[in-house]
Amino acid sequence: MSLSLRIDHRFPGFHLDLGFTAPPGLTCLFGRSGSGKTTVINAVAGLLRPDHAEILLDGVALQHLPPHRRRVGYVFQDARLFPHMTVERNLTYAARVRRRQADGFDRIVDLLGIGALLSRRPATLSGGEKQRVAIGRALLSDPQLLLMDEPLAALDEARKTEVLPYIEALRDQTGLPILYVSHSLPEVARLATTIAVIEGGRLAAFGPAADLLSDPAKAPLLGLRDAGAILTARIAAHEADGLTRLDTVGGPVWLPRCAGAPGQSVRIRITAQDVILSRNRPEGLSALNILRATVTELLEGQGPGTLVRLDLGGQHILARVTRRSALALDLAPGAAVHAILKSVAVSQGDVGTLGGPTQG
Amino acid sequence: MSDWLSPEEWQAVALSLRVSLVATVLSLPLGILAAVALARWTFPGKAVLNLLVHLPLILPPVVTGYLLLLTFGRMGPVGGLLHDWFGITLAFRWTGAALAAAVMAFPLMVRAIRLAVEAVDPKLEEAASTLGASRFMVFLTVTLPLILPGVIAGAILAFAKAMGEFGATITFVANIPGETQTLPSAIYAFLQEPGGDASAFRLVVISIVLAMAALVLSEWLARRVAVRGGDR
Repeated sequence: MSLSLRIDHRFPGFHLDLGFTAPPGLTCLFGRSGSGKTTVINAVAGLLRPDHAEILLDGVALQHLPPHRRRVGYVFQDARLFPHMTVERNLTYAARVRRRQADGFDRIVDLLGIGALLSRRPATLSGGEKQRVAIGRALLSDPQLLLMDEPLAALDEARKTEVLPYIEALRDQTGLPILYVSHSLPEVARLATTIAVIEGGRLAAFGPAADLLSDPAKAPLLGLRDAGAILTARIAAHEADGLTRLDTVGGPVWLPRCAGAPGQSVRIRITAQDVILSRNRPEGLSALNILRATVTELLEGQGPGTLVRLDLGGQHILARVTRRSALALDLAPGAAVHAILKSVAVSQGDVGTLGGPTQG
Repeated sequence: MSDWLSPEEWQAVALSLRVSLVATVLSLPLGILAAVALARWTFPGKAVLNLLVHLPLILPPVVTGYLLLLTFGRMGPVGGLLHDWFGITLAFRWTGAALAAAVMAFPLMVRAIRLAVEAVDPKLEEAASTLGASRFMVFLTVTLPLILPGVIAGAILAFAKAMGEFGATITFVANIPGETQTLPSAIYAFLQEPGGDASAFRLVVISIVLAMAALVLSEWLARRVAVRGGDR
């Protein structure tokens, strides 16, 4: 399943003009509010008729179809559950209007953990529960494509943590292409297979998440403060002292025990400001995680900082150091360094869809 | 009840109920359509439709009745056609009383339903369309159930208004006992007769009870709409 689109639409004072071809997996539309992200997915859903559009889903043109014939599931920021129906009737709505069976009802209810809510009314649900039901309702419409418009934005941190694993499971288990709108970089880093950065109605950057997130030149677009790369890792063992050993291309990484069985793939995120560089193998440090790396690229910012791209052996991470340190350590492409990781975030893996060790 | 009311009084009550029921039921689909059109659609002539719907509210009822007579009378452009083609006569018949009542009650009905339509979040209708519902199915499965309390309230208001309609009715269909003499017309007629006060008073009591029951019912339903709009 691949989605290819080209949209040109003028609002008063705003011109959206962009196009891309999204590979399988989850494609994040990332950008500030008002950059045109939601306009793009509304055009794909048919809720907005752009001045000019070409939207091809597996080669089939959607742009002339009314919304109800596009087979596009849409999860809105504000769940939009039907208040006059129970959760169960919300979930089976699409099947009922099409006079079909709700295929996969039990599987999707299980996947989203909403079995206990079926007889409740939307008004009695928490924000996280509403959003999970909304995801289930969209999935049960038997879509060929799933659109998600900041489905977590209206939720607090605890509710986000509750819903995120379900979205990861969708990405990894359903094979459904997903267009996901977000303005939160940590969320994008956790979920995206592909990232489309949208600025002022144009496509500012587009590519595999692993490449884009580890490209120092793209960091200012994504937000320097949150800049950080992602790596795929494999759970190697849960060790006796409560730590879990993960194998990465750059060597082992130990973390406080994380969920998952040995052998399972996980995605880890290392933000640039949590990486310290050293030319010599550091001794007598409390940090557990020290990876050998090679500098591939340096990018000086506006201020005193420099972003350094490091090759761990096929996959890349970013480090943010001061320009003074970069000079003192004599950092240049090809230099061998040790990367000391102060902190690492783990999320459910994304087997086989994360950009592999291709970029050099 | 029949002991308490004379046959003539009973006839007026029964006729009024029939006229109001027919007027309400037949104008309801049109009222919903007009309410949805005014609340949601943009089309040329929307201002004209709005004016036409509300005209009976601001015109003197006698003028509305006279306009109905000109249009739907045997010699009128529409009334002539109805008579020649379908054999339907409205002027001076109970069906004409129902038409007059429907026209006079229409603005109240449309206003109540329109408020309910405006309270429905169009985003829910968008969500339904992405789930595969055509515009008609969206209306049937989302919009209509959500405006239902407003529709019921509008219908009750219209029914109450129809029960009390006098000016347009008496101008269009006169005051013929058993055919077009509705409750208000009967009260008026009894008051013109010597010794008719007692009959008039009984009918007045019935009118007041029916009107108040309708008002209480519609207020209660309007509150239910407000509650549902709030916890969405």
